Amino acid sequence: MIDYSKILSQKIQNVKPSGIRKFFDLLNGADDIVGLTVGQPDFPTPRHISEQAIRSIEEGKTYYTANSGLAELREEIAAYLNRRFDLKYEPSNEIIVTVGGSEAIDASLRSLINPGDEVILPQPSFVCYAPIIELCGGKVVEINTRVENSFKLTAQELKSAITEKTKLLILPFPNNPTGAIMTKEELEEIAAILRPTNIAILSDEIYAELTYGRRHVSIATLDGMRERTVIASGFSKAYAMTGWRLGYVAAPKEIAEQMYKIHQYGIMCAPTASQFAGVQALRCGDDDIEYMKAQYNRRRVMLLDGLHALGFECFEPEGAFYMFPRVTDGTESCDSFCHRLLNEGKVAIVPGTAFGDCGEGFARISYAYSVSHIEQALDRMEKFLKNNR
Amino acid sequence: MNILELLENDGRLTPKELAVMLEKETGDIKAEISELEARGVILGYKAIVDWDKTDKEAVTALIEIKVIPQRDRGFDEIATKICRYPEVKSAYLMSGGFDIAVTIEGRTMREVALFVAEKLALIESVTSTATHFILRRYKDNGVVYKIPETDLREECGL
Repeated sequence: MIDYSKILSQKIQNVKPSGIRKFFDLLNGADDIVGLTVGQPDFPTPRHISEQAIRSIEEGKTYYTANSGLAELREEIAAYLNRRFDLKYEPSNEIIVTVGGSEAIDASLRSLINPGDEVILPQPSFVCYAPIIELCGGKVVEINTRVENSFKLTAQELKSAITEKTKLLILPFPNNPTGAIMTKEELEEIAAILRPTNIAILSDEIYAELTYGRRHVSIATLDGMRERTVIASGFSKAYAMTGWRLGYVAAPKEIAEQMYKIHQYGIMCAPTASQFAGVQALRCGDDDIEYMKAQYNRRRVMLLDGLHALGFECFEPEGAFYMFPRVTDGTESCDSFCHRLLNEGKVAIVPGTAFGDCGEGFARISYAYSVSHIEQALDRMEKFLKNNR
Repeated sequence: MNILELLENDGRLTPKELAVMLEKETGDIKAEISELEARGVILGYKAIVDWDKTDKEAVTALIEIKVIPQRDRGFDEIATKICRYPEVKSAYLMSGGFDIAVTIEGRTMREVALFVAEKLALIESVTSTATHFILRRYKDNGVVYKIPETDLREECGL
């Protein structure tokens, strides 16, 4: 028998498998569960967007595109970033169309990290950064954001995490799983620390369109930040296009030129039909964003009210479509609580520790669900809590 | 996006919910709705029912009506007369090959046919009617008639 441990890369073997898989496997086998676990929009892709992809296929436009993406798509991305977020990028050499925001993150990290580099990662956060950083030979330096600070990254925390080896700061806001955002003033404090350094920023702005009550501000708009910032974003969350696998990076040309090679050799180009859909989304999709955002906001307020009424401590998230309430008082692990809620209450939510150790005591609740679905989940949670009092 | 568009899609939205969705004050929304109701812009709020999924026997027919318009009063008086019947669910003045389109609801085809023959056709200045029974409703009032879809999203990453 061949020894796979000798065949396989040591680095990939050292990457821990996602702990949450087991929990999801439980879910798949169970009947009559009301789940609030899914991290993607419940809306279908707006019809006019899908139609442009169908049309492109019917017209036979099924070839590769330019490696960095259709020129018209890159132009629309540049126009969109300018229109919505006051960002300025040159479509010809500062924007690369990627296979979802995921590839954008992967290519960004791989073009920036040298072995031994330290990468500062605010936690809790989306689960893909740390494994990719490790694959690049980088060292993850976690900053545990705190509920007292509404899970924002503070300047003080950043300052104390920086060493001479620090290469990169990951800025995952609006945040999955907490729903935290960073305001312009808060970003200014972060920028003031980074300005005299050589530290780069990977700003994951995939949820940038989903902020409530105020617009998202990109750190790249602040003085001295554009030159060091790579923006990773995409169409999945804003336009309900997760399955299309369409994202992009916007970065200074010196960085984009290098990243281009990773994308060119590893991916070739993003799916062509998806790119045509993307052009339509950016040209005619602003109203769709507003519609979906209004629906999310309604659910956000309703879920937050519901959780507070049930006695959960939960800060008000201002972005994405997640809530991150405290679910245990410290005597029980959040994993145990979520398992009990699943088995006895028939409601599924994701244990906070799935997003890093500092998520202990919390759980992620997604509100990318219909109002009646959320109401049903809240009713079941109420019953569960009564029975367990 | 405004109050009317949101309420047209979901008449159960409360002023508080509308305020959240439109990022306005609840009090302002209440005042605006009252004004829209007073002006007759908002005429009512109803549930959309698929009666085929219930025990209730019901058929709907679309009736094309040709009329001779009356001097000075055009079609309005006839239309008003037609609208008084509770069996009439909708009535429209039409361009094209006929004048007034009406939808009628009854328990059976016979009931609807008799209503047309005994009530509508006898209205003064109605010259002809054509009755088309609706066999299946696929979409009405912007709502597709179907079993609610199951959630197809899969757990994938986080």
